[in-house]
Amino acid sequence: MNHDELDATLDSFGDALASATRVTPGNALRPEDIAVDGVAPSDEVAAYALTLGDDSLILAQRLSHWISRGPELEEDIALGNIALDVLGHARSFLTYAGLAMGKTEDDLAYWREEEEFTSLWMVEQPNGHFGVTIVRQLILSIYQHLLYSKLAESADETLAAIAAKAVKEVDYHRDHSIMWTIRLGLGTEESAEKMRHALEILWPYVDEMFLDEEIHRTLPEVAVLPSSLREDWDKEISAVLADAGLEIPATGQAMAHGRRGEHSEHLGYILAEMQVLARKHPGATW
Amino acid sequence: MSKLIADTEDLFAIASKVSDPEIPVLSIADLGILREVNVGEGNAVQVVITPTYSGCPAMDVISEDLYKVFGEAGFEQVEVKLVLTPAWSTDWMTEEGKAKLEAYGIAPPTGKGHAGRVTLGMSVKCPRCHSLNTRELARFGSTSCKALYTCKDCLEPFDYFKVLS
Repeated sequence: MNHDELDATLDSFGDALASATRVTPGNALRPEDIAVDGVAPSDEVAAYALTLGDDSLILAQRLSHWISRGPELEEDIALGNIALDVLGHARSFLTYAGLAMGKTEDDLAYWREEEEFTSLWMVEQPNGHFGVTIVRQLILSIYQHLLYSKLAESADETLAAIAAKAVKEVDYHRDHSIMWTIRLGLGTEESAEKMRHALEILWPYVDEMFLDEEIHRTLPEVAVLPSSLREDWDKEISAVLADAGLEIPATGQAMAHGRRGEHSEHLGYILAEMQVLARKHPGATW
Repeated sequence: MSKLIADTEDLFAIASKVSDPEIPVLSIADLGILREVNVGEGNAVQVVITPTYSGCPAMDVISEDLYKVFGEAGFEQVEVKLVLTPAWSTDWMTEEGKAKLEAYGIAPPTGKGHAGRVTLGMSVKCPRCHSLNTRELARFGSTSCKALYTCKDCLEPFDYFKVLS
């Protein structure tokens, strides 16, 4: 693409020139597709939507690494499907958040720096072996199922609509991780040992998921207070682990504050890979 | 265009010409993702669709196809609007759509229940030999909306359109 063509492409974005990075012009979600009645969120609601979108985006990026690397074809497809669902949630949340900021989903995904991402440390933890990914999915899918069930009742109609759709999909993700947890926990000595190892390396990032931040407290009718999910989550995951012959490990908790933009060493590498194409070839299309 | 204002039923029929790109026998009306077609001044058409799954990549193709069929029918102003609420479920699929799916070789959605902590599906009928003696191979299949099954009688693998309720 020469400079004139690039300029023409950028011009075609019109008012959304802040969004010159839209990778597939015309195919990115439009804010009016997402926001119920086209109403833009307040800055606070947008900041909250961003936290949910960031969790989903980073998790989707992690999960999509399994494509072509699954232990068997069916699992490859399953993890790819789950990644696609989660990416769909990210697109909705980020598009909605962007409406208050004059940005598209792509601007938010590709043009923010590490400290601007508000995702949890749990979602950025490496895939590890299959058992690690399954335990991370178990932890997160039970969490998201509880979260979206409550968010579907939010006073913000758009967040409620996104959550009502997402919860049906997460129901399948939760089933998938529960079945594998039971199968691997009760499988061979080796599979059980790998699951115990997975629980030990991931458990330090559990407490952060339930931390109430300022953003949650300022939106009592809109946001789900993370601490309000803890009791049900504990109950549900303990029951699954008991069925699988596994236990909650006795580990300490990491000083994780992803919501404030403080991240583990992993996020930078994820972003480098995720953002390189959009940054190297602004306005690229295919 | 002979009529001054087009009839919404005719417009619905035009929109129904668009099929799901992954399941070409099913129109978007059969699938239940075509919500409404509205017409305003100057025959400006608004088509409202909803995604099956949040990440469904078929929505882009469906939107383009809608612009195409209305363009071919002589409508100049067409807007395709995507809505998330109320969320789509497999209950929105028409009976005709389910019959078409089965004839095409994809088992239509049945129901699901719970057995302890694990969700179990109701028996799924093999679309080839109609046996109920079938087995789920993988809950996630070739697209977001399908699971992979196999028939224990005729031994054929087949797609099953999973329940989203």
